[in-house]
Amino acid sequence: MSTLEVSPAEPRLSESGHLVVNDFSIQVATVNGSGSQTANTVLMRSIFQMGVPVSGKNMFPSNIAGLPTWFTIRASKHGYIGRKKEIDFLVAMNPETAREDVMKLDSGATVVYDEPLKLDQLRSDLHFYPAPFDKLVAPVCPDAKLRKLVRNMLYDGIVAWLLGIEMDEVYKALVKQFGKRKAKAAELNWGAAKAGYEYASKTYTKTDPYQVQRMHANTGKIIIDGNAACALGAMFAGVTVITWYPITPSSSLVESLIGYLKRFRIDAETGRATFAVVQAEDELASIGMAIGAGWAGARSMTSTAGPGISLMSEFVGLGYYAEVPVVIFDVQRVGPSTGLPTRTMQGDLLTTAILSHGDTQHPLFFPCSPEECFSMSIDAFDFAERFQTPVFVMTDLDLGMNNWMADPFQYPEKPIDRGKVLTAEDLDRLGGFARYKDVDGDGVGYRTLPATNHPAAAYFTRGSGHNDKAQYTEREDDYIHNMDRLAHKFQVMRKHVPAPEVTYRRGAEIGFVACGTSHYAVGESVDQLLAEYEIPASYLRLKAYPFTAELIEFIERHQRVYVVDQNRDGQLLSLMRLEMTPEQIAKLRSIRYYGGLPLDARTVTDEVVRQEEK
Amino acid sequence: MSTVATPPPPPKKVNRVGLEVLSYKGAKTTLCAGCGHNSISERVIECFYELGVDPWRVGKFSGIGCSSKSPAYFLNLSHGFNGVHGRMPALATGAILANRTMLGLGVTGDGDTASIGIGQFMHLVRRNLPMIYIIEDNGVYGLTKGQFSATADVGSKLKTGVINDLPPFDCCALALKWGATFVARTFSGDKKQMQTLLKAAIVHDGLSVIDVVSPCVTFNDHEGSTKSYSYMKEHEEVLHELDFVPSYDEISVDIPEGEVRDVRLHDGSHLRIRKLDRDYDPTNRLSALAAIEDAEKRHEVLTGVLYVNMEKPNFLQILNLAEEPLATLPQSKVRPPKAVLDEAMEELR
Repeated sequence: MSTLEVSPAEPRLSESGHLVVNDFSIQVATVNGSGSQTANTVLMRSIFQMGVPVSGKNMFPSNIAGLPTWFTIRASKHGYIGRKKEIDFLVAMNPETAREDVMKLDSGATVVYDEPLKLDQLRSDLHFYPAPFDKLVAPVCPDAKLRKLVRNMLYDGIVAWLLGIEMDEVYKALVKQFGKRKAKAAELNWGAAKAGYEYASKTYTKTDPYQVQRMHANTGKIIIDGNAACALGAMFAGVTVITWYPITPSSSLVESLIGYLKRFRIDAETGRATFAVVQAEDELASIGMAIGAGWAGARSMTSTAGPGISLMSEFVGLGYYAEVPVVIFDVQRVGPSTGLPTRTMQGDLLTTAILSHGDTQHPLFFPCSPEECFSMSIDAFDFAERFQTPVFVMTDLDLGMNNWMADPFQYPEKPIDRGKVLTAEDLDRLGGFARYKDVDGDGVGYRTLPATNHPAAAYFTRGSGHNDKAQYTEREDDYIHNMDRLAHKFQVMRKHVPAPEVTYRRGAEIGFVACGTSHYAVGESVDQLLAEYEIPASYLRLKAYPFTAELIEFIERHQRVYVVDQNRDGQLLSLMRLEMTPEQIAKLRSIRYYGGLPLDARTVTDEVVRQEEK
Repeated sequence: MSTVATPPPPPKKVNRVGLEVLSYKGAKTTLCAGCGHNSISERVIECFYELGVDPWRVGKFSGIGCSSKSPAYFLNLSHGFNGVHGRMPALATGAILANRTMLGLGVTGDGDTASIGIGQFMHLVRRNLPMIYIIEDNGVYGLTKGQFSATADVGSKLKTGVINDLPPFDCCALALKWGATFVARTFSGDKKQMQTLLKAAIVHDGLSVIDVVSPCVTFNDHEGSTKSYSYMKEHEEVLHELDFVPSYDEISVDIPEGEVRDVRLHDGSHLRIRKLDRDYDPTNRLSALAAIEDAEKRHEVLTGVLYVNMEKPNFLQILNLAEEPLATLPQSKVRPPKAVLDEAMEELR
């Protein structure tokens, strides 16, 4: 294979001479199961390799083949990688949705489409580029059975020509995507990409303004999805027992982890696994196993999504009350019930914070990027053992399953913190211990691991009432004493959870509070508000629950605080209200989006402006 | 009876690891006087004491119910985890994966296992996780005052006169069909048989399921119950006479010709099975199932070793798990070096 057959693209000016460089969104509408994911990933990666900040969002159905899928790529020289609400450049490959997709476009947008769809008849205010995909694919893919899968690669070539993406980069991205083992498939796809490029170069006159021009913003960066980043974090945290039940959108977290563990965690001397992975029969079992393992001293985890969280409720209460460390990854999706399994939502913020019956409180970590997925996963394991409690790492489908640009992850410098564990030697020295006694004033007792060779090591763990010595009790004073200690422990956590990221803006009357993937929309909205409306806004991004003192200070320092939620009921807002004074609550406003797509900046900006004008 | 059984050592009363029987006891039972479960607790104390198992090596697990309270009444020097209803298998699985040197001892009931916990029970069986799983089976919910469980026989009558009209799950049949490698049934009133079975289970390196018919004196020991002491006395069909010869026992006794089957257990101990009135091959799964089915038709309760399989790999072997406990692996074994992260990053560029 050679890349020299195609010359690098010349910059082409549109008719008007007005160019939009490195600042637009592309939407590819296809049918799932048609190999479009490969074509889309290659297209995104090509732009990434051109040095332009880029993001890719897959909007796919809960189905294996035959239903509409949209992939949105955003290129942004400003580094905005949240979803852009407006589509500038459409590749319409799906006959079922093409009409609606075209009708939704803003005036001046561009459409590449499969010629027989005759989309140019629908509107006159768009730039249309038809291509006969079936005719073009036949000569480059003699095997008719494979054509369906190769056909989509044609649009990569077409789009490359139209946008000025260098074909060398397309080729490199293709090779990366297919790897060495699938060289033949890569060759076939490369043929299709070239055919698309050649067709475009011979046929089209460029009339649209969109253009990719080389930048150098991505030097050293990687592309990774949040699930794989969490998996790497878990591996470098030293996870040893992993239990799970497949569920979208969390499955690929454990699947990535299994891949890494098999490569990097087989003991070189013995050939044995330094980990155990169990695909459990359901989420009740997966959390139960993880808690059993955490109790016995393993670094244990499970990974799930909303429906699994609901099922895990009872066991998480046991983990809280019996004080067992475990890390639960919740890759949130749209609920209630089965909901929209392949769409994103911050749907479990309230549920997880107080999951299970009785009085329970659980720490939540909110990573917003692959880098944080990695580092906060490591933190979560340390935190779970330090505080002997279940810890939730809350991501969502957008972060977990989409590909993101990221800086290479930093190797953890801090040694692993196994928390307060007494060994046989400690017990010799101390003579004994009381499992739930608050010796250090932080609410956290000392524990021993099962199979510790010492007559004073054993204690009996139970989900029923227990006193300091882990003995069964139904006494009023014992119960209250224990629950008060647990509440105190949660208060102590405030000083140890990851602190929020706060940006105060001079003269800002308003501030934003958000968590997780809302970050990208909010960060961009802050800029939009200033540039378009001259409204300065501060921004506090929460990284964890329980909340810290910075949040209170932030509210105190602003007139109005917009709490951004990707759910209908303002779950983050509700969680904040639980611990605010009436004066603080009076300052809180709510911005909620719950359509299942990643939150976009325009939605946030419009809502702030609407509420500010009232 | 064989002459193999060695009486407990007389004068000083310590076992081979130097512990008195006191070291194997637990808190005072809070179950009803005469409850079959208390007899089972006593057998646990005796067997672990007599075999000289280090109590610190044992992990006790239970779910919810009368049966599941009992781990507090034996082996005080062992860690214990009394979890949630019907989900003891999950806790035990996780714990044993975390520390495979732990000897897992699960105690559960018929409601905990066959009703709410049937799913986890079946998957535990399927995995052949090395642990002992004792079902204290009385066919009734005690703590909620006497409702039927899923092991209650058709036609069995509650004190209130309610008749059970659904067929029972036979936990032994399920266990031996789907993957447990030591399956036995016994009666809490049969001290010798229970002891022998429990000792064999202690050394077995796979899942041992022991279903112990253990009458509930308060709610299910009346006329019309099929889980009462009197019903068991009339309907128990003892399959064979059993003897356990521990691996460290140096007394070598010739195996009598013909009538005795000798099963060499994983640690070198022996289970001697002496034929009574029928030929029963506990290594044959199909005939075991047939015998259970047949007994059910005749309203008999078969007791003894129903099935034993010494070949099948257990879950830890299938996972190719490290020999040392995962729980205490040092950082050097569980956090790959920086070069690994660099390699992973390079692949993602």
